This record gives sequence, C-alpha cells and structure tokens, in this order.
Amino acid sequence: MSDYLIEARGLSKHFPIRDGLFGRSTGQVRAVDGVDLAIRPGTIFGLVGESGSGKTTVGRTLLGLQPKSAGEIRFRGRDLATLSKPELRALRPRLQLVFQDPYGSLNPRIPVGEAIGEALLEHGLSSRDELRERVLEVMAVCGLAPYHYGRYPHEFSGGQRQRVGIARALALQPDFIVADEPVSALDVSIQAQIINLFAELRERHGTTILFISHDLAVVEHLCDDIAVMYLGKIVETGPRDALFGQPRHPYTRALFSAVPVADPDARRERIVLQGEPPSPAAPPSGCRFHTRCPQASDRCRDEEPTMRPLDGTHRVACHFA
Amino acid sequence: MKLLEFDQLSVAFDTEAGTVRAVQDVSFDVAAGEVLGVVGESGCGKSVSALALMGLLPRPAARIAGSAIRFGGRSLLDLPADELRQLRGNEIAMIFQEPMSALNPVLSIGEQLCEPLIAHRRLTPRAAWAQAEALIARVGIARPAEIARAFPHQLSGGMLQRVMIAMAISCAPRLLIADEPTTALDVTIQAQILELLRELRREQQMAMLLITHDLGVIAELADRVAVMYAGRVVEQGPVRELFRNPRHPYTRGLLASRPVPGRRLARLAAIPGQVPDPLSLPPGCAFAARCPERRTDCEQRRPALRRLDADHRVACFAAEGVSA
Repeated sequence: MSDYLIEARGLSKHFPIRDGLFGRSTGQVRAVDGVDLAIRPGTIFGLVGESGSGKTTVGRTLLGLQPKSAGEIRFRGRDLATLSKPELRALRPRLQLVFQDPYGSLNPRIPVGEAIGEALLEHGLSSRDELRERVLEVMAVCGLAPYHYGRYPHEFSGGQRQRVGIARALALQPDFIVADEPVSALDVSIQAQIINLFAELRERHGTTILFISHDLAVVEHLCDDIAVMYLGKIVETGPRDALFGQPRHPYTRALFSAVPVADPDARRERIVLQGEPPSPAAPPSGCRFHTRCPQASDRCRDEEPTMRPLDGTHRVACHFA
Repeated sequence: MKLLEFDQLSVAFDTEAGTVRAVQDVSFDVAAGEVLGVVGESGCGKSVSALALMGLLPRPAARIAGSAIRFGGRSLLDLPADELRQLRGNEIAMIFQEPMSALNPVLSIGEQLCEPLIAHRRLTPRAAWAQAEALIARVGIARPAEIARAFPHQLSGGMLQRVMIAMAISCAPRLLIADEPTTALDVTIQAQILELLRELRREQQMAMLLITHDLGVIAELADRVAVMYAGRVVEQGPVRELFRNPRHPYTRGLLASRPVPGRRLARLAAIPGQVPDPLSLPPGCAFAARCPERRTDCEQRRPALRRLDADHRVACFAAEGVSA
C-alpha cells in the first residue's frame, strides 16, 4: 500500500492549437508538462502558480475530467489506467471538484437541498427515504441551516453558495477533493469562513484536498505540502515550513516576496521580476524561467534542470538552488 | 486647502425592488500629493463614490444628494458638463480593474494615447504620437514604438494596465483614481504595477484615491485610509495608526480575517454572518448584527463618525467608550 492517497508521475496535458479554417493542428500548448506530485491522505496539498502555469489543468486531469496526454495517475497505489469501467464508475464519487464560481455550477431552478442530494441518488449512495436526513447532515457540516434546504441558488450570498458547492462535493463522502480557487471570488471576511471550513474538513473528517490557488497567504495558512508551478512545470515542492521558511527556487522567492503584506512597517525585500511569463505555446528553451530569472546563466538557456531532492521531501528544479 | 473633499455625499439608486442606498453621508478628503486608500468589500460603496466624483453615474437612475464634492475648491456636482469633461482627463484621471473593457478594441494603443493629448493638451498629431511612445516607455513597456501600433487584444493584462496608467498620466493629472488597479493581475505583475504607481506618485506629486479590497495594497501605498461598510465610512485615519490601533470592530475583523505570513494560527478569525441587504439596511449600525462588541441598542441607534484623536475617526459606540 502506498503512503500517498493520490500520486501523479510524469503527468502531461497538451492541447492542440488548431488552424482556424480547417481545424488542422498547427502546434501544441504544453499546459502541463511532466508533473510529479504525491498527496498524503488527510492533508491539504497547495498548488500555486500564476495564470497560465497549468495548475487548473493539473486538477482537472487528476480527476479524469480531461484525458491526460502522458503519465500515470495512481489512487491508493493503483494505476487508474488499469481500472475497468465499473471500477472507474465506482471510483467517480470518491473524487470531487469544488469550483471557483459556485453560481455557475448550480442549476438556478433546483432548490439547493435537492442539488446536494442529486448525486447521492445518482450513485445509489442513499435511498429516497433517508436522503433528506443525509443532506441536512452535510449541510450542517458546511454551516448551512435546515431552512436553506428548499431555497434556490439566487437566494444565497456568494459565501453561502460556496458552502453549497462544498456540501455537494462532500455529500458523496469523497476521499479526495480538488478545490480550484474556491475562495477567490469571495469577500475577505467570507473567505476566512470558507478557509476555516476546509481546515475543519481535514481535521474532523480526514478529507484529502488539492487546494489550487494563486493566494500565497491562504496557501501558507492552510496547506501541509505545497508545489509551485511555472509554465506547466513544478519548479519547487515540499512541506509548507520548508517551502515558506527557505524557498530555494528563484521563482518561488520572487513570488513570495511579491505578496503585499498588510503592515505598513513591514520590511520589504522585494524581488520585482522583469517582464511577463512567456506563452505556454512557445516556452523558452532550457529552464523555462530563464528569461525572467535574475540568476540565469548560459547553462540555464541550454539545459533543463531536473528536480532534485534537498532535504526530506523538499525538492527543487534549478541548476543553482 | 484640500485638493479633494467629499462632503456628506449620498448616492441612492432607484430599482424595481426598492431604493438602494449605495453611499450615505460619506465625507473624506485628499490633500495634494497624498494617497487616500478606500477599503471595503463588494457593495460597500467605494466604487460608487469614485464614479460620483468622475460624474460617471447613470442619471436619473442614480440620485446624488448631500452637499458637495469639491476639487481644488470648486464644487463638481453643479459643474456644467463641458467643464467637468475638461477636468476629467486633464486634472483627474482614472484607472480601472479591467483595463480591457476601458480601451477601444479597434483603435491602436498609440491612437488611444494620442486622443487626450490632442484634445486636452492641443498637441499636433505628430507630436502626440511621439509623446505617446514616450509615455509607453515611461510606464516600463519595452519596444514602445511597436506597442504603440499594437491593438488591445494583443497585449497581456499587465501590459494593458500599464497602458491605462500611461493614458491616465498623459496630462499630468493632480489626482489619480485607481479602482482595484491590481486585482485582476498576477502577483508578480501586481508587484510591478504597485512599484510603478509608487514611482509616478513620487515623481509627479500626484494625489491618489486608491480603491481596493486588499489591505496589503493599502499598506503598500496609502498615507491615510477610509474603511467603508454598507455605504458608510466606519473608520478613517493615518495608515500606520489604522493598522496598529484599529478601533472599529469591522476594521479589526477585516485585519484578523486575512492570514498573516509566518504567523501560524489554527483558525482564522472570520467575521460571522454577511453584509446586510442594501435594500433593507437596519436603522442602527449596519455592522451590529455581525459585531462581537454589540451593545443592546446598536441595532437601533447609529453611531456618527467621531474624532478620537488628531486624524483618527471612528463610527462606533463601543470604540468611543460611550455607554449605550
């Protein structure tokens, strides 16, 4: 048995770039390019990166919502590619997704109680008689009151809708949840409520979560292990304290230093990166970060750095870190 | 004299569902060269205040009441349309969260930058184009000549925000209104834009009304802060004082609900509940229902914004120490 609930090896997802008129493939966007990650059961794994880094694609590919281009995904040590159709179908409710925009993922004409219960019936995980009971239980876990059961999505505030989204994922008692920017659309005071809810899920229910976010302060607060992505690749990964305490990759350092601190007297040793991330359709040669890296040398232009271990599970892909 | 003064501004919108009081009795001021940060969550009225100042609210849907918005001593609310237009762009400029929606998709970047230079500064087209390229270079974009000929869809969000800033500073305004200027940007690009705004402010002695939900951005850039909640200013003061010694329970809650790097807490101190429905605001303090320091009649009586010391004001009975 593996130490990890979910593992990816060499995970890649390439999207074809199509010619407008005839739909011929004229190139590829390597949105995710050879990603390895391993998530321990009962922990929250933070996946951070800027737009275009491929973090959302990693989440969707892990859940099988998009076919992968290459690589291997293991769930409890078993390669998902070797599972039969019935086995995959049985696995489906164990893996759930929470979206950034809860409104877009709820049917406006279905009361939220039914929306939460729908998948339970679909997967035969509850009888009609005990359905309401089960739904009310999971609503309570997510901080929703029984009188919310018959209400419609438009009657809820943003934070409450996100609770509904989480309740819907949670109703199936999943082993693994991918939460893609689940608090980004919410106001600060409401964000804190939802972040606390994720922490409670981990502590009380042992839920394993892949938490995808661009918000480093939230990731540092909530996550046990973290991976930083840049242009389709993981550049650094490790336990939270190692990563935030001693970031080693120049990109990680710049990223962390760029976060505005809510303290006018904070000492700011900011590394302001020059330029913008290149397009994932035409990533730079060698190390993909070399075009913006303050420490880049000739070697970085020619030779792609491989991931190497530092101490424990802290690993970095940089020739000089 | 203050450069900008809001004096008891109120804005209400008449909707089918009823009257939304978006901004109520808001007073604050900005001195020349000063950065005032206005912070609050969605619907608190921070953007509506700025739009009222720019004369950009839809009439008659928006009803503006209250005394005045004064800029350089002149009242903007009863300024004739053409004078207001002269002021806008020339002395007051604005940048938005979504630069893409503020730019014309069928005009090149250079053409759009030339427009105000020709209209307000009466430059010849040739001189305006040269100036446009200089502005593009000034906001830190490489290859300005090439970018001047590009169209908005060819640029990234960070580049577009730089272009918006170039356009805003083209007539050397005395006041820049920046409404969530970095919210749509990635964090490394946000750092670049904040750096640029800081430089421009230093160089041009430009005052700024910085509207944001992000206390981190406020701490980086603002000299003074006004905290808004449900259409009203609940606390106001110098940035250091406000972060060191927040007095309104909402300000405290806001500061406590964000994780602090390096400080590991098991739980964030979330503010329970949610913002009240703008269609039916309570008669008393709008924050009372969520307030940990609520007193018996907070929901019935509304605290006025009172001066605590020098420049620190708060609208809260508990903070005043007045027994309610």
